[in-house]
Amino acid sequence: MSILLSWCQQISLFNALPLSIQYLVLGVVCAVIGLTMVSVVSLIAVWMERKISAHMQCRVGPMHVGWHGVLQTLADGFKLMLKEDIIPAMADRWLFILAPFLVFSGALLSWAVIPLSESFVPADLNIGVLYLLATSSIVAIGIIMAGWASHNKWSLYGAMRTAAQFLSYEIPTALHILPPVLLAGSLNLGEIVGQQAGGFLGVGNWFLWNPFCFIAFVAYYISSLAETNRTPFDLPESESELVSGFHTEYSGIRFSFFFMAEYADMFVVSALGVLLFLGGWHGPFGGSSFVLYFLKIIVLMSVTMWLRWTLPRLRIDQLMGVCWKFLIPLGLINILLASAWMAFSQS
Amino acid sequence: MAKAARPKPLQGEPLIIQMGPQHPSTHGVLRVELETDGEIVSKATPHIGYLHRCKEKIGEKIPYEQYVPYSDRMDYLAAINTNWTWAMAVEKLAGIEVPARAEWIRVFVGELNRIASHLVFQGCFGLDLGAITPFLHCFREREMVLDILEELSGGRLCFNYMRIGGVAGDMTPRAMQMTQDFLTQFRSKLDSLNELLSFNQIFIRRSANIGVVTADEAIAYGWTGPILRASGVDWDLRRDEPYSIYDQFEFDVPVGQGLKGQVGDNWDRYWVRVQEMYQSMRILEQVIVGFPEGGEFKAKVPAVIRPPQGAEVYVRGECPRGEVAFYIISDGSGTPYRMKVRGPSFCNISALEAIAKDMVVADLVSTLGTFDLVMGEVDR
Repeated sequence: MSILLSWCQQISLFNALPLSIQYLVLGVVCAVIGLTMVSVVSLIAVWMERKISAHMQCRVGPMHVGWHGVLQTLADGFKLMLKEDIIPAMADRWLFILAPFLVFSGALLSWAVIPLSESFVPADLNIGVLYLLATSSIVAIGIIMAGWASHNKWSLYGAMRTAAQFLSYEIPTALHILPPVLLAGSLNLGEIVGQQAGGFLGVGNWFLWNPFCFIAFVAYYISSLAETNRTPFDLPESESELVSGFHTEYSGIRFSFFFMAEYADMFVVSALGVLLFLGGWHGPFGGSSFVLYFLKIIVLMSVTMWLRWTLPRLRIDQLMGVCWKFLIPLGLINILLASAWMAFSQS
Repeated sequence: MAKAARPKPLQGEPLIIQMGPQHPSTHGVLRVELETDGEIVSKATPHIGYLHRCKEKIGEKIPYEQYVPYSDRMDYLAAINTNWTWAMAVEKLAGIEVPARAEWIRVFVGELNRIASHLVFQGCFGLDLGAITPFLHCFREREMVLDILEELSGGRLCFNYMRIGGVAGDMTPRAMQMTQDFLTQFRSKLDSLNELLSFNQIFIRRSANIGVVTADEAIAYGWTGPILRASGVDWDLRRDEPYSIYDQFEFDVPVGQGLKGQVGDNWDRYWVRVQEMYQSMRILEQVIVGFPEGGEFKAKVPAVIRPPQGAEVYVRGECPRGEVAFYIISDGSGTPYRMKVRGPSFCNISALEAIAKDMVVADLVSTLGTFDLVMGEVDR
């Protein structure tokens, strides 16, 4: 945003405005860009998901709208927008209306600190990682709100599960993000990526090759599946038990906000994985490009989808067991060892 | 000094949830009234009757031959087997001799339908546990079976293929060829399905040691079919009281062994059915080899069947869900005086309330899945 600001300040008309207004205008512009990016990325992700699942299940998936159905999601989006807006009679009206937007804005806010390429970072915060952890918690509040407001016992069940799941899995996610942060000595995402450049074949400095970070990456990936409600951890919306979980009563455009938030979230956690462990935009032989960066994100997202369409779902107590008995102790030990190693190697 | 009053413990009350009649995992219009404490079920009461169609009363009003399509709609996933039991009952009542060729065709389609029915179970059980892909793979295989049955009967779900004294149409060479193609493929497909689902660690953790029913309990609840065998009771009508020409075939009766947990848990109930598909394949291979040349596929029967007055029969048949039985009393006219149907799912579901106590909601759903209920046959 600071780069954008200095660009715009070269225009005299813009420069004549007071600084606060300048920031406001630019903020709105950035938000619109972000919103568009989120929508486009979730469109692509939904299409990918449909195609991957179809081919895994001996189907072809959407074929008719656009090339191999690329525009199918757009068509579905339009359909959802044209649908009747249903709010259950007994629902808590305001919370019911507010919940999808809260969930979506939680996902959208995370995008602010995710660098989209080496030079374009919407908000280059020096505590980027911390900010990400904070914003992703907003999604949980939105989901609980949706479940409570729907006045449906199944939704409430879904929401209660979400509360338990999110609170539990925030901890291992945060713990397993720490080793690369320790290594880089910074919470700024751009700086963390910057330290992973070069090395053997241009990939040797990726944090993934550090043994502590490797463990952290695997554990981070597992807990990120739980954070984004993906199988085998998709309990909040497990169709077979809870109808559709927290969004049972939602339809039309409100439902599509939940849907988009899910994919936006998936992109964020995949991007974070790439930034922290897989060298961000740095590729082999010293190359660096945002194409490479997006390619890595797409690979991570595809693995998530592959897992979803392969594995059954865990039970709620097994889910909690994985978190509290395995991921958190592992994270604590991992950080301890990583810090000891850092202290030893520096002295 | 007065003691500070202790705050009263919070008065909680159990949450009562209606699971069904419209719920994605009740496999039809079953309503289960759940009394839950958090995630734990303290009581589950099944309510049935949403699909009641007066099948027994209808049976008293229409001629014997015309009841075959009604028996289709009882257990619609294994229509042939129900058809078959009805035909056997009437044949015994009226003393009709079935030609050998018809018996071979009956075993052939009966075992095909058993595979189709178990495939639906396998897929749906995976779906209950959140695995979506195996479901579609199972349905792809089932499609091949349905194609064969369509070639013979023209139907794909309610076949209406059995007739009193035989079957509706003769075996065709094409159906034989299709079955051969199916059998060559299906074994490896089933093996890969096992890799994908049966031996998946998450799947085993979700199904082993859950919903355990001992052999004594299973017998006490009147269970029949695969879920009885899963509890360790070695009982299969096809082998122990052979009807039709089942005594001519060689096959094993899979029994629950508690491979991944205890005998009679969900995984056993699942695994028994998977193994039964392998056994059905064995029977089908023998049918293809030994299929008789020539002969009638339907006995000559009078246009209106009039069994002797006062005759009564109780005939059982081994269906994919358990023993279907028909009890018929004749008054010498063209319609039964009274008929009664024993549906296996109806008897099997009676144990739900006892099993479900202190279970997690997610496990209740999967346990209900292992019963492989068909509501059309529970309610009739």
